[in-house]
Amino acid sequence: MEGQAPSVQRQRELTHLVRQDCGSCHGMQLTGGLGLPLTPEALKDRPFDGLVATVYYGRPGTAMPPWQSIITEQEAAWIVRQLMQGFPEEKR
Amino acid sequence: MKLIFAAFAALALVGCAQSPLRGTGDLGVVIERADGRIAIVDTSARAVLGRVEGLGDLSHASAVFSRDGRYAYVFGRDGGLTKVDILGQRIEKRVMQAGNSIGGAISQDGRLVVAQNYTPGGIKVFDAETLELLSEVPTQSKVVGLADLAGQKFAYALFDKGEIWVSDLSDPRHPQTQKFPAGQQPYDGLVTPDGRYYMAGLFGEDGIALLDTWQPEQGARKILENYGKGQEKLPVFKMPHLRGWAVAGNQAYLPAIGRHEVLVVDKGNWQETGRIQVKGQPVFVMARPDGRQVWVNFAFPDNGWVQVIDTLKGEVVQTLQPGKAILHMEFTPRGEHVWLSARDDHAVSIYDTRTFARIGTLPAQSPSGIFFTSRAARTGF
Ligand code: HEC
Repeated sequence: MEGQAPSVQRQRELTHLVRQDCGSCHGMQLTGGLGLPLTPEALKDRPFDGLVATVYYGRPGTAMPPWQSIITEQEAAWIVRQLMQGFPEEKR
Repeated sequence: MKLIFAAFAALALVGCAQSPLRGTGDLGVVIERADGRIAIVDTSARAVLGRVEGLGDLSHASAVFSRDGRYAYVFGRDGGLTKVDILGQRIEKRVMQAGNSIGGAISQDGRLVVAQNYTPGGIKVFDAETLELLSEVPTQSKVVGLADLAGQKFAYALFDKGEIWVSDLSDPRHPQTQKFPAGQQPYDGLVTPDGRYYMAGLFGEDGIALLDTWQPEQGARKILENYGKGQEKLPVFKMPHLRGWAVAGNQAYLPAIGRHEVLVVDKGNWQETGRIQVKGQPVFVMARPDGRQVWVNFAFPDNGWVQVIDTLKGEVVQTLQPGKAILHMEFTPRGEHVWLSARDDHAVSIYDTRTFARIGTLPAQSPSGIFFTSRAARTGF
């Protein structure tokens, strides 16, 4: 599921999406809210593929929605990799 | 001599011009969520008067006001509670009260400020004057939908436990709490403008839990059960918000979860009386203060739209595109204007609610919540 990294422009859009729109449940600093914290510390023991599946397909029965109508699976993988490394700040 | 006197008089005038006496009834705050900053705004001049920095992580921040309208209490995501002097444009006091917080409320008499927290889950009670911690009620659950009731009581809902709790803080150091089963995953709550009914919207099932706080012994019951019957819910990219904003005349207007609909309920018998199709999944469904209009904004990816429902006609009469990522709306005290925050345009747009004309735009960095001091006098705000 490694795939190609998104273009620089798309990376910027995805960074914005994660900070702002995932942030509405996970916090803009990704320290958690209604959703769990998405910091490298919180995710370090989680399986990568499982997290990608969570982002892409959501978690039925919880408030975590599927994002497959908005992003591709490769993009979900890129997001999870960034989350596990420490998510980039938005450039302004 | 005359000259010297004139010079003094001029000096005195300059001094006055810097801090003229004024009220706060037409002031408010706009949260600049990415910068830990609020803008203090004047709804008569339609201008930013100043900015106050250093409020921490303000994603999902909200504010309540002291009953004299002088101070804003701002609840930040990082658990910061900041008391801001609106006239002095400065931080009066600030405490870190939790790890992860979501909002708060102020008591009927204005003496207690209560914060609702996710981590650790519970509510905390503070002296509004000093921000001294007076007591707490641990919940072992995320707390949502905290609302003030008459008699120094507060109602709130427990996301993880599916309950509504009502804490009586008439003795603020010794809260007395009543618990009511509500339903699966309450996501927010509201109290009707008269302070009587507390409603908790449910995420884990279709329906809304309703508690008559005048007759709490009757317990919470479910209304609008099965409103999505047999139909698949759309993915919910953002939780709707409730609050007391959605009650207009004899009807309550409520966001449907995972559907492009506003649900209309009769406030007499709590039966559904209709549904209004809208552009996306509603987030805020807010009545103009006179109840003639209900304004609706939407979850991602439809968050560039705003629609207006005429409550006499029971239909959408206006569809606007006020900007990119409209996060919040706030009416001026009597509703002639509405202010909307356009997060991704870094602007606040001001509309005339009668003509729907845009009458102004103010710059603001990633604006989210907009709160006017007129909330000070309203239950549930
Ligand atoms: C409407 C609220 C909501 C939004 C928006 C949301 N999430 Fe979630 N998310 C949740 C909840 C709730 C959970 C916890 C689910 C559970 O209980 O297992 C979760 C869990 C997760 C997890 C698993 C964490 C773990 O430790 O297992 C990841 C990863 C995640 N979300 C990523 C994202 C990303 C990326 C986005 C944006 C593209 C996003 N979420 C947007 C509510 C949300």
